[in-house]
Amino acid sequence: MALKYTEKTIEHFTKPRNLGTVENANAEATEGSPACGDMVSYTLNINPETLIIEDIKFKSYGCASNIATASIATELVKGKHIDEVKKMGTTEAASELGGLPPVKMHCSVLAINGIKAAIREFEKKIGRIEDEKRIITEKALLNILKNVMHPKHGINIVDNGNIQRIRIDGQDIFIIITLEPDEEMFASNIHDEVMEHLESMKCSHEIMIKIESKTGDFI
Amino acid sequence: MDEKIIYLDNGDTTRIDDEVLQQMMKYYTDSYGNPVSLHALGMEADEDLAKARQIIASSINAEPSEIIFTSGATESNNTAINGIAEYYKNKGNHIIISSIEHSSVKAVAHRLKNDGYKVDEVKVDSEGFIDIEDLKSKFKVTTILVSVIYGNYEIGTIQNIEEIGAVCREKGVLFHTDAAQAYGKLKIDVKKENIDLMTINAHKNHGPKGIGVLYVKKGVKLKKLMEGGSHESGMRAGTENMPAVMGFARAAEIAYSDLDSNNAKISGLRDRLVTGLLEIPHVTYNGPKGGNLSRRLPHNADITFHYIEGEAILMHLSLRGICVSSGSACSSKTLEPSHVLTAIGLKHEQAHGSIRFTISKYNTEQEIDKTVKNVKEVVELLRSMSSFDPEKHSN
Repeated sequence: MALKYTEKTIEHFTKPRNLGTVENANAEATEGSPACGDMVSYTLNINPETLIIEDIKFKSYGCASNIATASIATELVKGKHIDEVKKMGTTEAASELGGLPPVKMHCSVLAINGIKAAIREFEKKIGRIEDEKRIITEKALLNILKNVMHPKHGINIVDNGNIQRIRIDGQDIFIIITLEPDEEMFASNIHDEVMEHLESMKCSHEIMIKIESKTGDFI
Repeated sequence: MDEKIIYLDNGDTTRIDDEVLQQMMKYYTDSYGNPVSLHALGMEADEDLAKARQIIASSINAEPSEIIFTSGATESNNTAINGIAEYYKNKGNHIIISSIEHSSVKAVAHRLKNDGYKVDEVKVDSEGFIDIEDLKSKFKVTTILVSVIYGNYEIGTIQNIEEIGAVCREKGVLFHTDAAQAYGKLKIDVKKENIDLMTINAHKNHGPKGIGVLYVKKGVKLKKLMEGGSHESGMRAGTENMPAVMGFARAAEIAYSDLDSNNAKISGLRDRLVTGLLEIPHVTYNGPKGGNLSRRLPHNADITFHYIEGEAILMHLSLRGICVSSGSACSSKTLEPSHVLTAIGLKHEQAHGSIRFTISKYNTEQEIDKTVKNVKEVVELLRSMSSFDPEKHSN
């Protein structure tokens, strides 16, 4: 597939900023996994008094846009207060690069969420927030599913209207996703991405995902 | 820019041969008749079409009447599998394919499953060879078709087609093989190899895109895919793409007249490339190797560069003017890693780090050496920035 990357994306891919590891970092996180094909690790130095990100570096295992989004994300957050970073949207890295092909939008989510994960760990460590005891509600589920980008349209699967039904029944979570015929080729990818994000909740629920085609077939 | 491009993606498509292009031009500007027309121009086209059909038939030891021209390998594969499934549905509903088929076989089989057919996949070993015993165990009384790829597009494995064909004959089951990658590289004899249906195309061998053939052994019936006129014995309606048909025939003649010398050249370049790349630490040569190297398509090399991701390697090489392909999820349209690589036992992260290099007669030793040098640099660069920790992530 011929991918059209912007010049800025290519520039960050070939000359990544803030590459490496911050020495004496007080916050770090790794998002993604090698099995999924993209993974980014951040090390940060956050000033405990001012809560400003004074230094941040990244390492990447992933494609060109994985490297480019992580690179630009470090530039975006450096010098900022962590509360400001926590409010950032997951597509901001992509926007800053001048856009990404829809199939690569998930890289932007990974890049931004990785930094947010490091901040969350830091805040727990200094006692600024408590350990999350997430109560699973439909709304919470939808918020998590908003991290799954539709590879054809480059927007999340909730806003794209792919979530047909969500049901929480005691310890069981049921999710029904419907796909148009021209989206069916992504069935397996969407399934895996949804699973990956739901598993990151680390809840004890049994998760069942059913993907249906608009034409009625199971995929 | 073209001058500088090093094209090592010939398993995907190839540059057209100048002689082939020259042959085709005539059929656009002078001999542009439709073979079904009754006037002089039409009759001339019909004669040329017959000649082309004869050339293609001879190249695989088939009869001209057994050759159906199609729009390419995807159409041939679709027609073969759909056509047999539909025609023989009263006889049975069971189809056997291998686990390393091209998507144009795999997807059709998957859809047939949704339509109520039963589909079984035969396992392959770590070099991609069909497990014959596993194949034999899959046959049922309802089995109507076996489809196994002749030479694999990703890892180059050449199956023992004659043996698989013999097993199918013995069981009385039709045998289709997708020879899109093998045709023009290997001597194929449909009679000796017990092949009932075979897919081939032109653009992998310096012929034009958009033209293929489905070989259908005399007596084998299948439902036609296109309906309309009486073209291709009524099996495939639609005006024959004459320039492409004639180009295909010329490309086939060239490929088979120079077969041995071409193969010696491209496999020599391939081995030179592989020797160079295996000097890089932490790499794996995927597919047949060592004693089985002769059972690998001569133009194919597939290598996993551990701890880094293939699309990033591909993009860096592309920026340096070198064209390759990858089995990584990130470079696939569906974001899934190559099912061929996972079928031979690679973990997802090993498939993600794979690069396929496919050579043609137009490549040179200088290009190969330049590629080795550039790949070494790119791999080193990406590893220096990789967050993949072999100790943490390798299990």
